Amino acid sequence: MFGATLLLAMRQIRRHLLRSSLTTIGIIIGVAAVVTMVTLGNGLTASIQKQIASLGSDVLIAFPQQTDNNRQPRPFKQDDVIAVREQLAGVKSVAGEVNKNIHAFHNGQSWNSKVEGVSNAFMDARGIKMDQGRRFTAAEEESGANVCIVGPKVLQEIFVADVSPLGEQVRLDDVSCTVVGVFATRAQGGNNQDDDNSVFIPVKNAQRRFTGTDTIGYMVISYDPAYSGAAIQQSLIDLIRERHRLQPGEPNDFNIIDSAALNETVGSVVARLTVAVAAIAGISLLVGGVGIMNIMLVSVTERTREIGIRLAIGALAREVRMQFLTEAVVLCCFGGLIGLLLAFGLSFALAKVIDVPFVFSLSVNLLSFAFSAMMGIIFGYYPARRASKLDPIEALRHE
Amino acid sequence: MAEATSRPLIELHGITKTYGHGSAAFQALKGVSLSIARGDFVAIMGASGSGKSTMMNILGCLDTPTSGTYAFDGFEVQSLSKDQRSLLRRKYLGFVFQGFNLLSRTSALENVELPLLYRGEKKAARREAAMKSLDLVGLGPWASHTPAELSGGQQQRVAIARALVTDPQVLLADEPTGNLDTERSIEIMELLADLNRSGITIILVTHEAEMAAYARTIVRFRDGLVERIDSGQDAGAAAHA
Repeated sequence: MFGATLLLAMRQIRRHLLRSSLTTIGIIIGVAAVVTMVTLGNGLTASIQKQIASLGSDVLIAFPQQTDNNRQPRPFKQDDVIAVREQLAGVKSVAGEVNKNIHAFHNGQSWNSKVEGVSNAFMDARGIKMDQGRRFTAAEEESGANVCIVGPKVLQEIFVADVSPLGEQVRLDDVSCTVVGVFATRAQGGNNQDDDNSVFIPVKNAQRRFTGTDTIGYMVISYDPAYSGAAIQQSLIDLIRERHRLQPGEPNDFNIIDSAALNETVGSVVARLTVAVAAIAGISLLVGGVGIMNIMLVSVTERTREIGIRLAIGALAREVRMQFLTEAVVLCCFGGLIGLLLAFGLSFALAKVIDVPFVFSLSVNLLSFAFSAMMGIIFGYYPARRASKLDPIEALRHE
Repeated sequence: MAEATSRPLIELHGITKTYGHGSAAFQALKGVSLSIARGDFVAIMGASGSGKSTMMNILGCLDTPTSGTYAFDGFEVQSLSKDQRSLLRRKYLGFVFQGFNLLSRTSALENVELPLLYRGEKKAARREAAMKSLDLVGLGPWASHTPAELSGGQQQRVAIARALVTDPQVLLADEPTGNLDTERSIEIMELLADLNRSGITIILVTHEAEMAAYARTIVRFRDGLVERIDSGQDAGAAAHA
């Protein structure tokens, strides 16, 4: 019986193909809009979270920040790095970073790049892996030797392809140093700079040859995940305030980012935005549902005589209701299916355009499809009920 | 049910039917009592407005009387709900209408299968019974044609096949020859007479004496009341009276 009802619904839809197609456009656009929005939203979330993850996991990043009173923030020093490492419980490693924009010269070519004074601990905390060669030795870090680890972008731009860069000299502004390694491409920090376009040298060397001070740009604190990030963050704040001799009531002249907390916050903000945009897109789905209701009412009127015949030969009210309801649901399911296909193509293309990953979510697609089917039930119910309430005698007399 | 052969298949007592309310009320039936025996061939005649169509709707359980009782094989039809009457129709009644009332753009075979669909029969069983029924009315070779591809007489045969496919107790025919020429009309009437001889009770509504002549009992309606009943030998002569 159900199979026959389904078959009948399909036949009825095929019979009025143009009308059916036009009617389902509302549902198609509605489903496509909702799914595309949610898919792009998920892609955006993934992209932002990946950038945050590039900070490293279980990592706090502390950097000087100007306060409202316009006083210059006090920069971090190497002593601060050592103090944090030695005085805070739960801290695994602390690494400072200092950087400067420079020109890199090699093989007669010049390239705008950036020198970063780092340590092996920094690479550990930020999860930076080596592509070729080695990291710094303890002696090199201690003495601030003229050795460097080049980024993949720098390698690609000024080094000769297919020739090992290891052992080659590269000049950074007027400092010449020996390449000992190449780091693997790393997750982008999202600060509009290409983080792969960088040359690592030991911190001490960067301070001595490039910045001329003993200050640190920012420090990366990686902590034992058994400790609470919030607790470590609080003791870190207390420690730096003490070292900067800030009076109670004075604002912090530094800021601390907790990668895990940031990840959570940004994730929930984007998720909420996605829901809001999807809800707006959902309105078009609602409008599509009204279209379905309209065409079903037309269909019931047109087929009054057919309904009369069915009732006369013994169809029950609920059987007639089921027939029209099935038709509305099938119509909506078709719309939903086409909408999903459209959404797939659309979100794939748009993800490319706005440069976020294409995150296909089965549950979002299934849910939207189920929602479109539900539209058929909601908006098909009234017309179907109307058909089932017809009086067979009146219906048979209908021209 | 079958054991009560002495009881009439259909018994009506004091049936009235009023349409509308108050001053606009119109009484189409004014107290009709009638019984129809199992296996009879009854023609209901009367001018338009005599109440014969209203009678047909009530007999066919498509409508309920305003007052009075209607027993169909012992069931009190007047107190049944809409769906209960649907169940009764699909089980015991077959309909043939003046306008054929076939589903357009649907093959003859599928039209005939329709009542079986609502009975919940399996596809293979539906197909077999529908083919048998079409063969019975001589339209087996036309099974895959749609109504638009068939003549009026053929369409009415499909309608008869559809009415017969459920093995009904009663076949109700409302002006079945109204849209047909004389030759086709006679073919249809002979088919109905054949069916009656095989045991089906037939109730025919017509205003044409030639068609009523095929019946064994003729009930004449006038102004919402039964005017006269002729049966047996008199019926044929009475038809033309």
